[in-house]
Amino acid sequence: MSLRGIWAVFRKEFRENLRDRRTLLSALVFGPVISPVLVAVLVQFLISRTNTQIDQDIPLAVIHAEHAPNLVNYLAARGINIEKVDYDEAAARQAVARQTHNIVLEIPADFGQRLQAGEPAPVVLYSDSSRGFERQGVARVRALISNYGIEIAQLRFLARGIDPISVLPISVQEIDVSTPSGRSVLVLNMMTYLVLLSMLFGGLYLAIDATAGERERGSLEVLLTSPVPREQLIYGKIGAAASYMLVSLVLTVTMFSFAMSFVGLERLGVTANLGPSPAALIVACCAPLILFGSAYLTIISAFAKSYREAQTYLQLVVTIPTMPLIFAGLLGLQTKTSLMFVPFLSQHLLMTTVLRAEPILPLHLLVSVGSTLLYGVILTYLAGRLYRREALLG
Amino acid sequence: MLEARGLFKSFGAVAAVRGVSFSARNGQITGLLGPNGAGKSTTLRMLYTVLKPDAGDALIDGSSVTADPLAARRAIGVLSHGAGVYNNLTARENIMYFGELHGLGKSDREARAAELIEQLEMQDFADRLAKGFSQGQKLKTALARALVHRPRNVLLDEPTNGLDVMAVRNLRKLLGQLRDAGHCVLFSSHVMQEVEQLCDEVVVIAGGEVVAAGGLAEIRARAGNAQLEDAFVHLMGGEASQGKNGGGAR
Repeated sequence: MSLRGIWAVFRKEFRENLRDRRTLLSALVFGPVISPVLVAVLVQFLISRTNTQIDQDIPLAVIHAEHAPNLVNYLAARGINIEKVDYDEAAARQAVARQTHNIVLEIPADFGQRLQAGEPAPVVLYSDSSRGFERQGVARVRALISNYGIEIAQLRFLARGIDPISVLPISVQEIDVSTPSGRSVLVLNMMTYLVLLSMLFGGLYLAIDATAGERERGSLEVLLTSPVPREQLIYGKIGAAASYMLVSLVLTVTMFSFAMSFVGLERLGVTANLGPSPAALIVACCAPLILFGSAYLTIISAFAKSYREAQTYLQLVVTIPTMPLIFAGLLGLQTKTSLMFVPFLSQHLLMTTVLRAEPILPLHLLVSVGSTLLYGVILTYLAGRLYRREALLG
Repeated sequence: MLEARGLFKSFGAVAAVRGVSFSARNGQITGLLGPNGAGKSTTLRMLYTVLKPDAGDALIDGSSVTADPLAARRAIGVLSHGAGVYNNLTARENIMYFGELHGLGKSDREARAAELIEQLEMQDFADRLAKGFSQGQKLKTALARALVHRPRNVLLDEPTNGLDVMAVRNLRKLLGQLRDAGHCVLFSSHVMQEVEQLCDEVVVIAGGEVVAAGGLAEIRARAGNAQLEDAFVHLMGGEASQGKNGGGAR
């Protein structure tokens, strides 16, 4: 069988789409430029956030500070920035809700009395636990207040002639074993997700244009009258979409490598391993997916009734293969051989391994590349079969 | 030389073509005449191998469209309905692409494209992107594309749709040239005057069946009308029956 038809269709689609602004933007700009910039900005934000949380005083609004001057002094001496306010309960809730104050401490009028009488002295702490960034501040304030309570208790025991140590039977020592790269999971997951998505988007418009677009413009019918077997026509189109995906993949990974060398990932405690050779390895891990991805998008758009319909379908459908990644993130899936049979997930796991500077098992790489290529070949064959059907003409 | 032999085609419950047989000879222009929805397009699409007949067959220079569609395709040039051209290619690239699909070598298709551009007087816009083309320019591009592999048989589906007077005159001249060069030209139309001015032979289709075929004079004589239009209406079975025939052709 002569393959000249595939080559002719491939070259024409490649060239024609090179002149299409939409295809070019989605292949060369959206994914490759915007996603690395997005991640870089996020990382910068995280870095600045982490730094301030460690260094800065925590602001705390205190209602009726005069009821507990010692507690307030104790807090003020330990990095809490006290602001005296005069709120009732409703005003305190509102202040937290409106973020005029993130944390509000209310000291009731009988605080001193109860403390002196040896009864539990209540204080009220207002905060919003749904705002993640304030959680650390709240925890610090709470810890300081209970420390203050422990110190008072210890003094009471001393006054009664009891060794204060005896009322602290257990002491907890926390050891944080998270490694720098372990902490970077969020950033790494996002990076692999964006690499895969940006690769798929690279070929998306070409896949639509070459199938639904071609039919809508009325040129499909004439194309089908050329003496080229129909499956060769679709192979050529899949090939062209694949070539755009490859360009998009290489560009995206290169841009990530470039962008990450500028942001201070080390300061976040992240060591993303993204120099030239890991980048090349990432491209090599993802490249087998290209055939699968382009055949998948081409099949779906070939049966959409119009360009617009194809566009709507594909923008939904393009995210489906990346679903396993989200589950992997939620379930904390570990790399193992059986997962290497799952397209997209296996690439994600391999990429993460490379980024963490851990060695890749040859078996894993072999299974991932082999199975993904096999799925791609099957889908491409199916696309060829489907292209013979008359329903194609719409 | 085209030969339709008892072609049948249904879409779901709608029988679009019900046993169409006719032949179109070399060196002649044959018109496929019929009202909208009569089955002209469906018939043509079976002839140019895009649709597979449910029953029957068609021979193109002896090659069966069902048994050997690739051979049949090599022998035909097609101008489909709407004449879609690739907007992001120039006229010349459009022509060359089809030359390549038909297996012409690089120098061969370059020479052929240049030849067609001159023959169809496309020099002014040959190297512009087809995006901004007028209907007439698009038609010429599509026609050149259909002729790039020097097919003996040329099939055109409603080629004059959307064209202005000058473009129609041009097309008429071109089809005449093709006939004089010995090609077999088959085109579909629902416009009487067009068929009258151009055709040597007419095949009248209604409700998916051939109701009359032959030379213009023959058809007029059969219906007993001097005007083709009157003959046409007569063959359709009078004014009332127009359009009640399924209308399945897409």
